[in-house]
Amino acid sequence: MSTPILRVTDLRKHYGRGQSRFDALKGVSFDVREGESVAIVGKSGSGKSTLMHLLALLDAPDAGSIALDGVDTAKLRGSKLNKTRNKTFGFVFQQFFLTGNNSVVENVILPLKIAGVGRAERKRRGMAALEQLGLADKAKNKALNLSGGQKQRVVIARALVNNPRIIFADEPTGNLDTTTGAVVEDILFTLNREHGITLIVVTHDEDLAARCDRRIVIRDGLIVDETTKEAA
Amino acid sequence: MKTIDLIGSAVSNTFRSKTRTILTILAIFVGAFTLTLTSGLGTGINAYIADTVSGVGASDAMTVTKTDDSATAGPGSSQPREYDPDAVSSGIPGQTVIALTPDDITAIEDVEGVLSVDPVLTISPDYIQAGDGTPYVASVGSLIPGQTVVLAAGEEPDASSSTYEVALPVAYVEPLGFDGNEDAIGQTVTLAITDAERTQHTIEATVVGVTEDALASPTGSSILTNDALSDALFDAQSTGLTEDQADRYASATVWFDPDATDDDVSALKDRLADEGYTGTTIADRLGTITTVIDGIVLVLNAFAVIALLAAAFGIVNTLYMSVQERTREIGLMKAMGMGSGRVFTLFSLEAAFLGFLGSAIGAVIAMAVGTGISGALSTTLLADLPGLTLIAFDPASIATIIILVMAIAFLSGTLPAARAARADPVDSLRYE
Repeated sequence: MSTPILRVTDLRKHYGRGQSRFDALKGVSFDVREGESVAIVGKSGSGKSTLMHLLALLDAPDAGSIALDGVDTAKLRGSKLNKTRNKTFGFVFQQFFLTGNNSVVENVILPLKIAGVGRAERKRRGMAALEQLGLADKAKNKALNLSGGQKQRVVIARALVNNPRIIFADEPTGNLDTTTGAVVEDILFTLNREHGITLIVVTHDEDLAARCDRRIVIRDGLIVDETTKEAA
Repeated sequence: MKTIDLIGSAVSNTFRSKTRTILTILAIFVGAFTLTLTSGLGTGINAYIADTVSGVGASDAMTVTKTDDSATAGPGSSQPREYDPDAVSSGIPGQTVIALTPDDITAIEDVEGVLSVDPVLTISPDYIQAGDGTPYVASVGSLIPGQTVVLAAGEEPDASSSTYEVALPVAYVEPLGFDGNEDAIGQTVTLAITDAERTQHTIEATVVGVTEDALASPTGSSILTNDALSDALFDAQSTGLTEDQADRYASATVWFDPDATDDDVSALKDRLADEGYTGTTIADRLGTITTVIDGIVLVLNAFAVIALLAAAFGIVNTLYMSVQERTREIGLMKAMGMGSGRVFTLFSLEAAFLGFLGSAIGAVIAMAVGTGISGALSTTLLADLPGLTLIAFDPASIATIIILVMAIAFLSGTLPAARAARADPVDSLRYE
């Protein structure tokens, strides 16, 4: 089998010191293969958010290593790290993080702007991503005038626009009602299946977790359960 | 992120919170407006002086007098002074200077750096009269090449002409019986001068120009003659004097290289001082006036800068709020791979843009107001000073002000920008 896209080895992370020391992760190891969908499940305070931040290279672990495509990410620094994040990852957050006063398309092309892609190319790819999510007609609207489901679709478009290899979704349906939540889930899993984008979902929603190829349950900083769905 | 996109984002971010932006810009506006007006005042007055500088003297000439070593008795001292046969009147009653003799002129000519020396003739005519009209007391001045005067009509007396030419101050036109400035041109006036034997000579000259009263006019309200006329008057005045007595000059004009630097000029002055002469350039004489004006403008500018400093705190405050509000956005941009340096630049650029808007609007409105004020004043309060634009603007100083304000804004933006750059994406994106 080929190199896993992410290989996590004995990951440890703590916050605070002395009396207030809190061990968020106490040695976590697992692999994520390219094209897989993985759910990281746990209660709040279990360490699942910390794990996602470490996987997304937003934070550095105290001990242990994360290898991205076989390369130790501890070696990535500064602009190289930023570039890797920009090119490899897409983010979908529960609270959208859209800039309300900017137009929908402006929000979507933000990662391309950061990457330094030219204006025309940005617009073309931004519109393509919006079209893929059926929001092309809303491109010029202000982001704050959209409904919750539409906003989350814009966020997915933004996560997609730079053709990432991994999409991190932190409670992607947490702020949505069941129906719209299901639509958003469908979109994410379609992307995973049809485009081969690796999907890492952090959630406490068991139903969402059940739709993933694999679910990793975290409690008190340790993996307590890991189940792989039989080939569906 | 490309620089052009950074600038674009900074500009559009500025307009996101309009009320706050407008208030900050207003604060900067007040400072920039004041600074533009006060520096315009300096520019206007100094430009007026600069215009008259060429009237007071050419830039490549200096006035040389003999250094008076015996003048130990200061003003107010009742001690009698020793008699000096070489002392001549300096033109100011009671004050004398040591006269320059032809020997001195030769000595000055030999000083290194001196191109040529023209002795200044002191002429004291009795009166000026047009036809049979009332005679008026007059003093005479002449232009040295390079000098200019502000003319109300006609032209300057031609230095190279052999006919006797004269330019009248505008104040003399009507008393002498002319109907107007233009009417005086081409008319003949009579100048009377008394020689050493108390004989009065009269010389006729043609009026070629009428000079405006200017603040630092070379001749004040004196009559301007050309060289031919000055020589004729001097000869008439010197009738009866021995050659030795006649050739005494209160001062001489020394010409030096027009390309001479300030250092060259002061070196030349030092060499003249070694020979026992004092050289005074036009810059020396005007220096005091410009220093006073520069001093006043500096004080006014200081007030404007204080206003700008207050505005700078406004910028700091505005951007801190902005950083606070946009924590999430900053975190997101960082998560998406935007470097801290770029985040810093983005917020600093926003500050600089605020500074640019405030200063540009301030400068434009100050220019409009300043032009209006000096236009209104020049016909009323300052009507007696023709040629004075009280508040003038030159593009260089306007650009300097805008850049200065932008620099102040940029500097005040660095504090909030540094906070934004330090923001940890994990902290910014946490919401549990």
